[in-house]
Amino acid sequence: MAATLRLGSTALSIRLRNASNCGRYQVLGTFHKRGISTTAHLLNKDIYWNDKYDPKESKFDKILIANRGEIAVRVINTCRRLGIKTVAVHSDVDSYNNFVLMADEAICIGPAPTSKSYLNMDAILDAVKQTGAQAVHPGYGFLSENTNFAAKLHENGVTFIGPNSEAIHAMGDKIESKRIATKAKVNMIPGHDGVVESVDECVKLANEIGYPVMIKASAGGGGKGMRIAYNDKEARYAYRFCKDEAASSFGDDRLLIEKFIEEPRHIEMQVLCDKHGNALWLNERECSIQRRNQKVIEEAPSTFVDPDMRRAMGEQATSLARAVGYDSAGTVEFLVDNKKNFYFLEMNTRLQVEHPITECITGIDLVHQMLRSAKGHPLVHKQHDIGIDGWSLECRVYAEDPYKSFGLPSVGRLFTYIEPSHIPNVRCDSGIREGSEISVYYDALICKLVSYGATRQEALDTMAKALDHYAIRGVTHNIPLLRDIMTEDRFVRGDITTSYLQEVYPDGFKGKKLTSKQQNHLIAVACAVHVKEALRQRSFTNQSRLPPMADLPPAWNLSIRYKDATYTAQVKYVPSKHESKFIVTIGEETFDVADNFTLGFNVIEAQINGDIETMMLLTKIPIKEARGVVKLRYLGTVFSLHVMPQEYSDMYQYMITKQEADLSSMVMAPMPGLVKSVAVEVGQNVSEGQEMCVLEAMKMQNSLPAARDGKVKAVNFKAGDTVDEEAVIVELE
Amino acid sequence: MSLLRFGTSFIPRALSCQLPCTSYLQQRSSTDYSSSQLTLRVRKRIEETRERALQGGGPKRIENQHRKGKLTARERVNLLLDEGTFVEYDRNVEHDCTEFDMEKQKFPGDSVVTGHGRINGRVAFVFSQDFTVFGGSLSKAHSQKICKVMDQAMQVGAPVIGLNDSGGARIQEGVASLAGYADIFQRNVMSSGVIPQISLVMGPCAGGAVYSPALTDFTFMVKDTSYLFITGPDVVKAVTNEDVTQEELGGAKTHTSVSGVAHGAFANDVEALEKLRELFNFLPLSNKDPSPMRDYDDPWDRDVPGLETVVPLESTAAYDMHDVIYGVVDERDFFEIMPNFAKNIIVGFARMAGRTVGIVGNNPKVAAGCLDINSSVKGARFVRFCDAFNIPLITFVDVPGFLPGTNQEYGGIIRHGAKFIYAYAEATVPKITVITRKAYGGAYCVMSSKHLRGDTNYTWPTAEVAVMGAQGAVQIIFRDEQKRSAAEKEYVESFSNPFPAAVRGYVDDIIMPHTTRKRINQDLALLQSKKQENPWKKHGNIPL
Repeated sequence: MAATLRLGSTALSIRLRNASNCGRYQVLGTFHKRGISTTAHLLNKDIYWNDKYDPKESKFDKILIANRGEIAVRVINTCRRLGIKTVAVHSDVDSYNNFVLMADEAICIGPAPTSKSYLNMDAILDAVKQTGAQAVHPGYGFLSENTNFAAKLHENGVTFIGPNSEAIHAMGDKIESKRIATKAKVNMIPGHDGVVESVDECVKLANEIGYPVMIKASAGGGGKGMRIAYNDKEARYAYRFCKDEAASSFGDDRLLIEKFIEEPRHIEMQVLCDKHGNALWLNERECSIQRRNQKVIEEAPSTFVDPDMRRAMGEQATSLARAVGYDSAGTVEFLVDNKKNFYFLEMNTRLQVEHPITECITGIDLVHQMLRSAKGHPLVHKQHDIGIDGWSLECRVYAEDPYKSFGLPSVGRLFTYIEPSHIPNVRCDSGIREGSEISVYYDALICKLVSYGATRQEALDTMAKALDHYAIRGVTHNIPLLRDIMTEDRFVRGDITTSYLQEVYPDGFKGKKLTSKQQNHLIAVACAVHVKEALRQRSFTNQSRLPPMADLPPAWNLSIRYKDATYTAQVKYVPSKHESKFIVTIGEETFDVADNFTLGFNVIEAQINGDIETMMLLTKIPIKEARGVVKLRYLGTVFSLHVMPQEYSDMYQYMITKQEADLSSMVMAPMPGLVKSVAVEVGQNVSEGQEMCVLEAMKMQNSLPAARDGKVKAVNFKAGDTVDEEAVIVELE
Repeated sequence: MSLLRFGTSFIPRALSCQLPCTSYLQQRSSTDYSSSQLTLRVRKRIEETRERALQGGGPKRIENQHRKGKLTARERVNLLLDEGTFVEYDRNVEHDCTEFDMEKQKFPGDSVVTGHGRINGRVAFVFSQDFTVFGGSLSKAHSQKICKVMDQAMQVGAPVIGLNDSGGARIQEGVASLAGYADIFQRNVMSSGVIPQISLVMGPCAGGAVYSPALTDFTFMVKDTSYLFITGPDVVKAVTNEDVTQEELGGAKTHTSVSGVAHGAFANDVEALEKLRELFNFLPLSNKDPSPMRDYDDPWDRDVPGLETVVPLESTAAYDMHDVIYGVVDERDFFEIMPNFAKNIIVGFARMAGRTVGIVGNNPKVAAGCLDINSSVKGARFVRFCDAFNIPLITFVDVPGFLPGTNQEYGGIIRHGAKFIYAYAEATVPKITVITRKAYGGAYCVMSSKHLRGDTNYTWPTAEVAVMGAQGAVQIIFRDEQKRSAAEKEYVESFSNPFPAAVRGYVDDIIMPHTTRKRINQDLALLQSKKQENPWKKHGNIPL
């Protein structure tokens, strides 16, 4: 009966089991009913099985976390485990956020815009002083790589939980970092350190570097004045071509030459160092699946890296770390070509977003080790303690529309949010819960969904299952794309590059393409849902004048409209004490759909002729559409099927399709009032649901959102103006 | 005459059935040859009449109807009712007009289809005006057919659904047609509060005809194909010199968003009938029946963490009360009544643990959720419907007061606001109230307060129950401006929270928002046996 209760009790029982197995695990948080905080401790295999430390060693008493959302939650979880008190600093809109509720103390440091809150060093320093925190964990982003901030903390005698300022500074500077890396004998992308003066020099340099090479304009950008050459002849042509194009495009014909990396992969090496000169490498992470240079899916280890290559990458990474005097957790990023040559890109001097997958395969709590290093403790692991156990994948679940350039941000309020944390070997690192608002102020990351398995295939299967069970309602999210990739042939084979998305989806992501069997399964389940609802519609329990059940039709003749096509199906309901079922006949084929689901917002584990298909029933959102629209999320993609009795369908032929007037391009005042603020400018791109302006009326502030995505064409009023009802305040193109 | 002949030939045959078969056949073949011919002829005639009745105004007019995107009267009835359950009355009735050669134009059943059937197994009476016969115009016979089903619906206690598609009075019949309207009005009024009456306007409905839908509990329209007005654009032009289109004057948009005459509009005939079935399922069959209960899949005690964040931190910031309603009710399934009219109040039907409830909520998103003339009338009418038909009321309150201004005062906000008070005060169904934020001034009293016999009254921690906002209050209490800021702070401290109401017992408990669904369901279960009666009266005198 109770989905939430069931979920809650599963989570609870796992939690209890873990608690009894492993004494040092505390039961975290008080609001676990919906699996809202990180669920690392719910993994049935103790995730930090390799976490070594001396329980008697000194530790911080209280730390402040200068970050928000999932990473703040992540840090708090480790602190709780270790008995370290935590202080959250937050903006006013984050007041009800999980990390604020979980921290021992919380201080509001300013309004929503990050420049006034999470980037406001003075306010954070004040909070440190006020709470007496001994150290600050910066998370990632915001102030995590700001040497100024680290220095200011130092002045105040507060420890920065991260590397020393010199290391941050050195690695933050592109030229400086390359210089140090070259000195530390790290593989650099071969190239010529200067302008190529002539065609002959170009060919000479190309031969030194080794083909293929890329010749590009010094002033270049946007692919202009850029050419790849695989031999001398092409090099000569490319030189002349680029020179001309550079001159005409940029008025600057200076050219550079460097090695061209074929089918590049983005693979990075996690390092862990202390203040005593020790450095370890914790294996690689494959982060090639990206869109607009942002990672979407990561895995550890990489399918492409062999033990020798891994060792070479690890040794170069640690040698760089030592060269720069690195003393915390960090990441060295490499670009890898199709011949397994790897080249240094940059070093990230912080805890990476995707650190959980490394934790899964090495069993080490990176946040804990960062805290230890910051406190000055030497590493307790030796390189031979670090192995690879199993395989781990991370999907970044974002509030964004994957159908628009693989992900345009969306905003909204999560009215339903259920994490798949009840599935074994799934870890959800998130900072939100049901009712949370995804706002324009911050990153649109909903959750880092991590799966773990003994083999890559196991991890893939677990991830697919987790995505299928992940209920997110109220914002558009990228699960359709993530779920499709999990079973996409090239990804499953591990054949990926940084341009994977563009190569696999050349016309953009269009949703799952169903096979005819899958489509029949989808239709069969939609029909079963329709009939189940029809049966429930007449299940009155307190009405005196009801006809006998014999009134039920022997079969339902249904018509299903789906993607411009119409299908017909006949459904019979076969009640039985234990195994009721729907018999759905579509054309010549018959499908038995088990009556094992409910019509709440639930996952349907449909049993169709013995096959099990996981679908999520989404029909009952406040629908403006006609009743009878069955929305099912299947293999990630949401399918909308209009299921209706045949007699309704027959009558539809007479209905005239109407064109609705498009008011979505205008933001109108719903009542007379005063424009309090206008949040957008002409030419700005806005997304659906984004606040356009605030109207004050009856002393109340009304936020007026954009009805669709678009570009602002005109802003007709400014803050302080009074407007009449239905006045058009903002127009979209 | 023909009926009489039919009768006489039929009765002996029925009697003769009791005789041994052989003798009956002998008797028939030898002595009653002409009579059996007649029987066959009558049968054929019945068959033909049936055929003609099914054809309405004939294939050509049916085609015209379809071309306009409209279904025929019979097609509509078939979609509205469960397949094969329609039982038709008066298929052979004809008009008796003889003026203007009308006796030459007769259609069996005349211009309306009447009868009863079932909707998801429960009985409903229905009449469906047939535009293909004399433009659906109302003749005496037409009105008698409608009155017959209305009378029977009253006797058995079952709702009447009218599908209106009529050009108006049958002018050829003169006053007989007008009498027909009045007969229907009288029955509409007698049925009011006894059985639910629903009108779906699916074509023109003008002149006196508009008052029958107006007297029923719910009037719905079909976008672009239905109109309701006292007089059409031509007469308007002649009388007031106004230029107005049919659509502007009485289309679905006008009546659902400006006049408040209609309670909702649907895209087309098919969708409208689908939606009507959905609404029907929420309603009891009569005032003697309890609010319907059915199976449900949403746990009755579901925790709703999302409700914790609906009300913004800043007490002047707007939010959408729909978010609260969707979170609380079964499966976010909410049938909103008048969604586009007086949007500062939300009314509609939902289910709690399978039982139909009426939901009323101020919506701070629109005009700060204030009460004005339109929202008061909308709320009052809905509350009275629920009370009449034993449907428990759940009220979500966030109201900053009545809307001030000359517009409102001249329009009679006092009179109209009083209707809302009247409706809540006289209602004896279970009344559960949740104050989510503001409950200020007279509007606090109105919104199902403890003082108007609210059964269970809750507040959320964000509630502020006070006479008015701090600023305004302090300005009245203190003339001295210097004292004001300190006093304002004191006022906020003492009144901008739920305690002043809670310590006096005006609210029963301050509850955490996430427990709201569970609490309401517990109360509904408890209040199932609530018994409360108003003093005997002929009827009250609601300030109309």
